[in-house]
Amino acid sequence: MANTEHPILKPTEPNRRFGFRSLRGIYTREWGVKSLLAACALLSVLTTRAIVVVLFTEATRFFNSDRVVCDGVYVATSTPETAGDVVHCPECGASHVLPAPVTFYDFITGTEWNPLIGKETDKKFGVWALISGTLIVSLIAMLVAIPLGLITAIYLSEYAHPRVRSLLKPTLEVLAGIPTVVYGFFALMVITPGLQFFHDGFNTFNATAAGLAVGILCLPIVSSLVEDALQAVPRSLREGGYGMGATKFEVSTKIVVPAALSGIMSAFLLAISRTVGETMIVALAAGSRPHLTMDPRDDTQTMTGWMVQMALGDNSNFDMTYLSMYAVATVLFVITMSLTISGNMVRNRFREEYQ
Amino acid sequence: MTQAGSHPLSTLADRIQPRDRTLLDKSFRWFCIATASTSIMILAVLLVAVFYLGIDSLNWNFMTHYPEPNAAEAGLGPALWGTIWVCIVCGVFALPIGVATAVFLEEFKPSNKWLLKFHGFIQLNINNLAGVPSVVYGILGLTLFVSMAGLFGTPNEPFVSVGVRYYDQFFTAGQKSLRIPIDDPSQPNTIAEAGMRALNSDNEWVDVNVVDSRRDLPRSLEERRYAIVKGKSSGRIEDGSFYYFRIPFGRSVLAGSLTLMLVILPIVIISTQEALRGVPQSLREAGLGLGSTKWQVVRNITLPAAIPGIMTGSILSMSRAIGEAAPILILAGAIFLTNNPGSLMDDFTVLPLQIFDWAGRPHKEFHHLAGGGILVLLAILFVFNLTAVLIRQFTQKNLT
Repeated sequence: MANTEHPILKPTEPNRRFGFRSLRGIYTREWGVKSLLAACALLSVLTTRAIVVVLFTEATRFFNSDRVVCDGVYVATSTPETAGDVVHCPECGASHVLPAPVTFYDFITGTEWNPLIGKETDKKFGVWALISGTLIVSLIAMLVAIPLGLITAIYLSEYAHPRVRSLLKPTLEVLAGIPTVVYGFFALMVITPGLQFFHDGFNTFNATAAGLAVGILCLPIVSSLVEDALQAVPRSLREGGYGMGATKFEVSTKIVVPAALSGIMSAFLLAISRTVGETMIVALAAGSRPHLTMDPRDDTQTMTGWMVQMALGDNSNFDMTYLSMYAVATVLFVITMSLTISGNMVRNRFREEYQ
Repeated sequence: MTQAGSHPLSTLADRIQPRDRTLLDKSFRWFCIATASTSIMILAVLLVAVFYLGIDSLNWNFMTHYPEPNAAEAGLGPALWGTIWVCIVCGVFALPIGVATAVFLEEFKPSNKWLLKFHGFIQLNINNLAGVPSVVYGILGLTLFVSMAGLFGTPNEPFVSVGVRYYDQFFTAGQKSLRIPIDDPSQPNTIAEAGMRALNSDNEWVDVNVVDSRRDLPRSLEERRYAIVKGKSSGRIEDGSFYYFRIPFGRSVLAGSLTLMLVILPIVIISTQEALRGVPQSLREAGLGLGSTKWQVVRNITLPAAIPGIMTGSILSMSRAIGEAAPILILAGAIFLTNNPGSLMDDFTVLPLQIFDWAGRPHKEFHHLAGGGILVLLAILFVFNLTAVLIRQFTQKNLT
């Protein structure tokens, strides 16, 4: 046989692209790659843990800051009576001013927040002053985002012509992609003067302008999440409605929306969580006066606004006022986390219903 | 016509005539159109306002100068370079880790019941991390990266530092700067004393003319160049080379980038997972049928097929990172910088933070600067989004 070489089935070079050739080598690499990928995945679990650990340790430091400690030597614990007194360290003789003590109960139930004004003894850390600011801004934002977002989603999902859709969808995506600091600028430069034009009572910094801007920010989030929920409703339900002679309006409001209700609720919860954590808009437009108010024309301060004010200040000395940032962050984290988790739970239940 | 009777749809139908029902439907349609177009109007008003306020401040000086206190001269050079640095470093860390996590979650689903539970736990974690406010990540970065919880010294007296020289800097009576190299950064700042030698601004050793009191200072500017009053204290400065590295990171580019990495990681993971889910199962099965291992299937079949989706998602997450201001604000504060970052350990600021700083000032001129900054930021984001859209348009293949 002269011609031993087959024209197609040539004895090819061993495939060197894969590096290893033995089966054992391949399995070893498989295991190595898998562990590497798993290590990357573990990073997000570690992040969650780190957030919880950091927030709670630093918040504990805030609640323990009535104990004055100098270089590891215990000096004194302040009480409401002794707050403001000067004590001396028994070891090195350095003098310390006793801070006003703050208990967890005072923090979580108090309605007055004034660490930056007044004497050391008069400092009050009542987080409701900040929570009320967050609440009023979120409320105004939701008054904008929920109706507008819901109706836009119904229009996109049930009514819109593909050509209209191809204009509206990118617009919403652009709105969602604009950085929050731009919305803050917009609130300060456009919305506030506009509000003052209609009504004299609005301050330069007010909750309404911030709330409206946060609402605009949340509008695309609400509309896209709600649209996803509406799209997931099976077509057969709609066709059943049309078959009985219902109009589009009736099908949308009486069949599709009720069927997607849990998805819509989840969208609302996730959007509220987003408004509560919104930072740059409220830092620019809402002002920096924490007080318990429900007047939307007044300036106010949210939890995130306080954190920004602390970060902007001179934070080289880790005093009690600075540490309060961590306590506020913990409250913020607990609120947003419970909203997000309940939103995700509601959505997962809804997924099970229609698949 | 049939009687609607007790059907759930009857409540409206009983009361309203068929003609009124279609009228209601039509008016609701117009109401929807009006509502939906408000979003377009809002976007238009926003863009017009920003253009109106910012277009005048756009010029070359604005792009290169540092943010001087004088509004006419101020620019966003350091902020622009800071954004570029942070964007690159953040991408280098976030994209590989994010894609790897997504590949692990989508392609390496275990069959073991307990491992599957662990898989679900990681997925739940990522979904919840996506809902954590970015300002909380700032707090995390402040403790984890900036100070490392105080476990490794302070940024001024670092545990490890490579590629940096410390100097004690004096300003002479003639407003010249003199530097004395310091070996150990923990030693106290130098005090001016007689017989001292120091480096001048041309890196030459010169004798310092230390005089006893202000009255003894020489008269002529030429002689005052290297004259210092005895007992004058110095300021510690650091001169880092491009590979400067220290632990803890301090308020540096690296700390900011790693924090932003944590912010965008859930977004990268979720978008990559969606891209991987879009690859038809039949392609994977063909690979497995040929005897490939799971990783060979991922590397040679799934990842190449999902690359357009992954790239689109990655670019969109990076544009999120560029616009993010809150974590950087918590981490670095609003600092005044006169030079661009030159290493991973340099102080930095980013565009959104510079805009925030200008927008918050009471003077009108700074609002115009903020508007100009927003235009630059929006232009960068526009380029990013355009790239993402183009990739989506041109690489869409039908894989089924």
